[in-house]
Parts: sequence; structure tokens; C-alpha cells
Amino acid sequence: MTWINDIVQGITLGGFYGLLACGLALMFGLMRIINLAHGDIAVLGAYLVFLLLEHWHVSPFIGILPVLPVMLLLGYLLQRTMLERSLRSGLLVPLLTTFGLSIVIQNLLEQGFSPDVRSLGENAGSIATSSWQITSKLSISTIGALTLGVAIVIFGSLQWFLSRTQPGRQMRATAQDPDTAELVGIDSRAVYGWATAIAVAIAAVAGMFLAIRSTFFPYAGPDNLIFAFEAVVIGGLGSSLWGALLGGIVLGVAQTIGGQINPEYSILAGHLVFLLVLASPRGGLLTLGAGGIARVRSARGVSA
Amino acid sequence: MSLLSVEGLELRHGLLEAVRGVDIAIAEGETVALVGANGAGKTTLLRAIAGAHRPSRGRIVFDGRDITRLRAHDCVRMGISLVPEGRRLFGDLTVEENLLVGAQRRRGGHWTLETVLEAFPMLARLRERRAKTLSGGEQQATAIGRALIANPRLLLLDEVSLGLAPLAVDAVYESLATVIAQGATVLLVEQDLTRAVGVAERVVCMLEGRFVLEGRRGELTREQITSAYFGLSRGAAA
Amino acid sequence: MSAAAGPVEAPRAAVQRWTRVSAGFSSGFLGVIALMALVPVALGGNTVQEMTTLLTFVLMAVMWNALAGYGGLVSVGLQAYIGLGAYATVWLASHSVSPYLAMVIATLFCGAVSVPLSFLVLRFRGAQFAIGTWVVAEAIGIYVSFDSSLGAGTGTSLTQLDAYSQGPRENYTYWMTLGMTVFFVGALFVLLRSRLGSSLQAIRDDEEAAASVGVRVVAGKRVLFILAGLGCGAAGAMTLANILFIEPTSIFSVNYSAYMIFMVLVGGLGTFEGPIIGAIIFYVIQNQFSSNGTWYLVALGATAIAFALFLPRGLWGELEARTGIRFMPLGYRLRASKAPPLRDGAGGGAGP
Repeated sequence: MTWINDIVQGITLGGFYGLLACGLALMFGLMRIINLAHGDIAVLGAYLVFLLLEHWHVSPFIGILPVLPVMLLLGYLLQRTMLERSLRSGLLVPLLTTFGLSIVIQNLLEQGFSPDVRSLGENAGSIATSSWQITSKLSISTIGALTLGVAIVIFGSLQWFLSRTQPGRQMRATAQDPDTAELVGIDSRAVYGWATAIAVAIAAVAGMFLAIRSTFFPYAGPDNLIFAFEAVVIGGLGSSLWGALLGGIVLGVAQTIGGQINPEYSILAGHLVFLLVLASPRGGLLTLGAGGIARVRSARGVSA
Repeated sequence: MSLLSVEGLELRHGLLEAVRGVDIAIAEGETVALVGANGAGKTTLLRAIAGAHRPSRGRIVFDGRDITRLRAHDCVRMGISLVPEGRRLFGDLTVEENLLVGAQRRRGGHWTLETVLEAFPMLARLRERRAKTLSGGEQQATAIGRALIANPRLLLLDEVSLGLAPLAVDAVYESLATVIAQGATVLLVEQDLTRAVGVAERVVCMLEGRFVLEGRRGELTREQITSAYFGLSRGAAA
Repeated sequence: MSAAAGPVEAPRAAVQRWTRVSAGFSSGFLGVIALMALVPVALGGNTVQEMTTLLTFVLMAVMWNALAGYGGLVSVGLQAYIGLGAYATVWLASHSVSPYLAMVIATLFCGAVSVPLSFLVLRFRGAQFAIGTWVVAEAIGIYVSFDSSLGAGTGTSLTQLDAYSQGPRENYTYWMTLGMTVFFVGALFVLLRSRLGSSLQAIRDDEEAAASVGVRVVAGKRVLFILAGLGCGAAGAMTLANILFIEPTSIFSVNYSAYMIFMVLVGGLGTFEGPIIGAIIFYVIQNQFSSNGTWYLVALGATAIAFALFLPRGLWGELEARTGIRFMPLGYRLRASKAPPLRDGAGGGAGP
């Protein structure tokens, strides 16, 4: 039954989409920021790992480790310098900022690294190509399982961080009511800074997996961005962070099954499932309106 | 040496003048009630002291330090806590989380999670409940506890009786009495004149952004306060 | 309470919609349009084509602003109609419809498509609306790219326009684009001056409050949504007529939305004139600097960031905010006027 194989493959693809969507969901849930540069940030992460691997011949899984603190810092700075200011001017302005950032990143990457399409699959060695044969009809690729595993660990850690630690609690409080959060002693700007830092670092991890599983080039950001967004919305905007992973899995399965019918249909299948979920009464799978960091607040329209 | 000193404070909402030059000094251990009709500027004044509203003119000095430009979270670290109007709890967090989120590790003091729950016994069994499921009185207790747990030297309370049943208000003021007995400095805004005069040593009446009456508990009559409250002693007499 | 001495003059206010400034500006605007109609006659060749491109940008920017600035709906999917307008034109022309007529019908077709789509996406606001519109556009684009009669992935062109020689064809395209742009800008203007305009302002500021006073929120948004669909459909048809060759990945590209965001936010969101200014700026940047390769794009991105940080209200928005001048007569002003004294015995402040 190739269907089971497809579903499994779709689930592991969903793990990748979930990783990609995680940072996006965090930033949106906390700050209502739609980060149009998120895909490009993931690609930037891939390039940083690539750069490291040029001089230091190790596996990308080791290479990502020093890249993470760099991305944390970049994310924090991005928030405190650009996004914080943009947010004060209205909810739409971050769209313009992140749009500009997206273009700048893409084109600086092209200037710095050439437009060539690359991959880090070779550097990852056998992990990128091997698979486990579970039954005669069912096999899971190692990298797929690893991506899904890492996604679950990261989502779980983030959820634990939000629920059980003081900084996490402060983040949730700031997400609910930033003004009152300040009144109880929470530095909301620092909280936002750390949230973006975490989002950017996780995006880098997603970028690394992108580079290993397939290919990357300077303009790869936007294609991946829409999948990340779809994952977040399918999961449901009023849900906990896990919604993004669930949405990613649904998207991955939809795309894989669609691709089985006809390889050209895979992405379209994902879009159709997205639209189906959107058209459903709840508009999202886990939209409950309660709990977690992402809440649906009534949009107050656009302020210029 | 007063704990809090406000000098010539002017506060605006955009172009609207909410507070037009007020001066007040509060000594450590005092309890002062700020009364006045809606729109008088009381909430704005409290928020400015707490650091949530930037003054357009004037100074706020706390414990000898000029805190006029300090942001709210820094004010909390300095020892000023505000219980905002309408409670403003974090609805999706539990009662315990609401309390813990306000804890300031650097400020030691009497108030911890345990002692707050002792002071507000009704909260003990509500620890794991999401704040938005609580009743008004329970929410108010949580909000006060959340401010207390930062061990403030100055506690600001904005309309704690608003929207609560009389019994709930009784309970709140009982707990407040305990807090005051422990030596806290309190500035509270209160629409209920009886409660205000009952708990505070000093009463200040605010009208349209200015202080129009000030006095100690025994010195002022209800009539005087009411008159100042509504601005009856002003106005056109032809 | 004082006793009144006699009849009192009650100040009355007159609602005034036109000021001298706005009247002057509007006449100036009409004059500019008249001048623009003369462009193909006065200037030739390349300028005509470039002006056509500029006009399509203006149309797109104005439509995006209609949705986002006046409706509070951030769409990342208007390229759906740009692509549909272009491809519908190709389809109609290949079915023996005269090309310029095909463009008009294609525009109407896009309006028709926007109606059922509105029922899907207008349930949402914010991010769900934005991403929803984006995915719809992508899905339509992929679907069109499967159609081999429309050139599939490699693209297609409006060969029927070969019936005209280059000069006249460019002129006709220009005039049509000018006409479409003026029509849609004018339609938006009329819409905003009508009662719908005030409703939309109310919706933008506070939806729940607006609904509670009887404003039909979703209906108002739907009107804007359909208008934007029509307008972008026209822009797509015009783009096809202008560049002659289209392919799915570019005509349905989300880059159009990105450009619309740039134009409107740089020009001034929610202002009437802003998108026009923003389109001109975007056009100039594109025209002057695209030969510099990727650095031009970096400059574009940096410009976007600079505006977001330092001029968040956009050029026109800043102008309006600082001077309080409104050029287009879209608002309401109260002019206090002295009313004649009231009759004795009626009203007045005659004591308690």
C-alpha cells in the first residue's frame, strides 16, 4: 500500500513545514507581526551553515551549533532596532519593513554567494540518503524521521518554556496584554526581542534541514514562506503552538498524496486542503479561542 | 522626606489635557485616597506615577530619585506597583501564574506566593483556575496579590470596588486593611466616598485635572467633599 | 443657573464637503488627466509604453489601498485578478472577440470571480485573510498553468493585437489604460464620498462599534473587494496589452502584492492621493535603476525599510498629518455659522 508510505512521508515533510512555521507562529502569536522575511531568514541560516562548512569540514548538524547563537543575536537586534519601531507606527508597517528586509537579504545573499543552487545533502553524509525499511512496503527516510523528531523536540521545548518558566510566563502575559505586562514589571520590549531571537534561531534550524533535504539558493525564501504560512493557518490561529506543527503535517500529507496522483499536483493539493480548512466552520483545525500563546483578537482595522 | 513627590505634573492624551499641574507628597506609611468624578484625571495620574504615561511637564520623585522618564517595568523594580482599573488580569494564565508573573526576584520582602495566598484565602483553592473564569471579587483579589508580590513600597490602586458586589468589596477592603496595617504606603482611587474616607488618612479630590480639595480624614465633612467632587462651589452665580 | 436676558443666538454648524483647496486641487486633477490624454499625440514611442506601465502601477496601488487603507483588509492575493484578467483576455481573443473588447469583458469576468471568493475570504480578517488571498492566487495560477490551450507553463501572448501596427497599438493601449485607471479611481472616489465611505471609515476604526450602529460591515467590505477585483483584472488585461507576453509564474506572482504594499505604504496608506504618489516613486526607481542589477533591488528594499522606520505614514500621510490639508474633498468639515436670533419664547436659557 503505497498510500501508507505516502502518509508517512507526508508526515515527515510536515515535520519540516512545522519547523519552518514555528518561528512564524511565535512572532505572530506574540506580536501580531507577519514576517515576510521569515523564509529568507531560514535561507540565510542555511547559508551561514554552508559558510562554516567551507572552512570546517563537519556535518551540518554540528555546523548549525555555532550558527544558532549568531541567529539569536540577529533576531534580537532585528526586533529591537527595526520591528519594535515599526510596530509602534501601526500593525501594517512591519509588513513593509519585513518586505524590505526580505529583498535586502535575498539580494545580499546573491551578491555574497552567487545565485547557484546548492545543497548540504552531501555534507550530511549517509543520513541524507538512507532510510529504514520497516515493512516490505513501508520505509521512512532517515532525514525525514530526524526532521520530524527535531520538530517535536523543539515544539515541545518551546511549549515547556512557555508554560513552565518565568520568562515563558512573561511572554504569554505580554502576548495577552502588553500594557499591563509592563505594569507588573515585565520589560515588553525585551520579551519581544527574545521571542524574535528564538523565532529566527528556529528558522535557521529549518533552513539547515531545507539545505540537507533538498536545495537552496538566494531566492528560495518566498517559496517556502507560503508553506509556513499555510501550516500556521491550517493549524488554527487561536490554538497553541502545536497547531503550527499539526498544520504542517496536514499540509505535508496533502502535498505528498496529491503528488502521488500527479507530481504536478502536489503543491496545488496543499493549497486546496488549505482552502478547505479555511472554508470549514472553524477556519482552522485547532481554533478553540483558548489557551496557549496565539489568540485571535479582533482585528482593529488598519491604522496609518 | 516623602516617599513620593509629584511636582507640577501635566499629563495629556494627545491634545487633551487630562492633568493640569498637580502637586502632592506622600510620606512612607501613609494612605491617601484620590476621589473625583469620571474623567477627572485620576487614572491618568496613577498611570503616570507607575510609569505608564509620560508627563508633558513636571516631575515625579520617588525615594529621592527622579523617575519622571522611567518606564513602567523599571518603576516596578523601584518599588511602585499599580493595580489597574478593571483588574486587567492575564485571562489565559492561571491565578498562580498571574501571581508569579509579577514576582520580582531582586526585591525581597514579606510578600511571596504563599503569603499572598494567606492574605487572600479565597484564592488558595483557585490556584489552577484560568483567571478569566473568576468572579469579579476573585479577580480583584488576584490583581491586588499580583501587585503585592512585587513587594512594592508604594501601592497604587485604581477603582478596586468598580463592578463588584458589596460583599466582594468588603472582602477586598478587609484584605487591604491587613496590607495597610503592615506599613504599606497606599494611594488609591476610589469612587465610593465612604470606603475612601474609611480607609485613608488623607483625602484629595480631583476635578478636571486639578486638585480642588485636600485634607485629613477628620477635617473634612462629607458635604465639603461632595461639593468639591461635583464642582458645586464653582460655576456661574449670576 | 443664570436667567437669560433675551433671545439667544444658537451657533449652528454647516456641513461643508468642498473647501477652496480641494476644489482647486480637483480641477487641477482633471486638468492633468486631460493633459495625459494628449501624451500619445505630443510624445511618442517609448514614452507611451512607459506611461502605460506607470498607469497600471497606479491602478494596482489604488486598488490595494482601497482594500487595505479604506477597508482594513490586507490582501496578499490581488495578483489573482491581475493574472485572470490577462489570461481571460487571451482566451476571449482566441475565441474571436476583438482584443480591446476582450479586455473589458475580462475585467468584468474578474469582478464576477471575486464575488464567490469574497464569500470565502471575507469571513476573516488579519493574517487569515492575507494568507487566504495569497493561497487563492497561487492555486488559480497553478490551475491556469495546467491549461495547454493557454500556453501552460511556458506562457502565451495576445497575438490578435498583431492586427494593429506598433504605434497605433501602443496608443490604443495607452488610452484604454488611462481610461480604466481614471474610471476606477473615479469609482473609488464616488464610493468614498457616498454613505458607504463613512461606513467604511467606521468599520476601519472599530468594526464592532460600527456593526452595533447598523453599519453593514461585510456588505461594505464586499463592495471594496469586488471593486479591487475589477480594478486588478483591468490592470492585468492592460499589462498583457502592454508587455504582450505573459507566463503564469510572473503574472500571478506575489511580487505584485509586494509592489502594491511598497507603493501604498510609501505613498501613504488610507489617503486617496498616497498610492498615486507611491506608484510614481516605485515606477521611477524601477525605471532609473533596474539596470544596476541586484543593487537596485537592495536599494528598493532599503527604501522600504527606511520609510517604515522614519516615514511610516508615507509621504502623503505625513503631509496630511502635519499640515492638516486635505486635497481631495473626501471629508466633512463643520463650519460654524451665525444663525439668526431665535423667536421670543422659543428656547433660550430662561432659567430653571
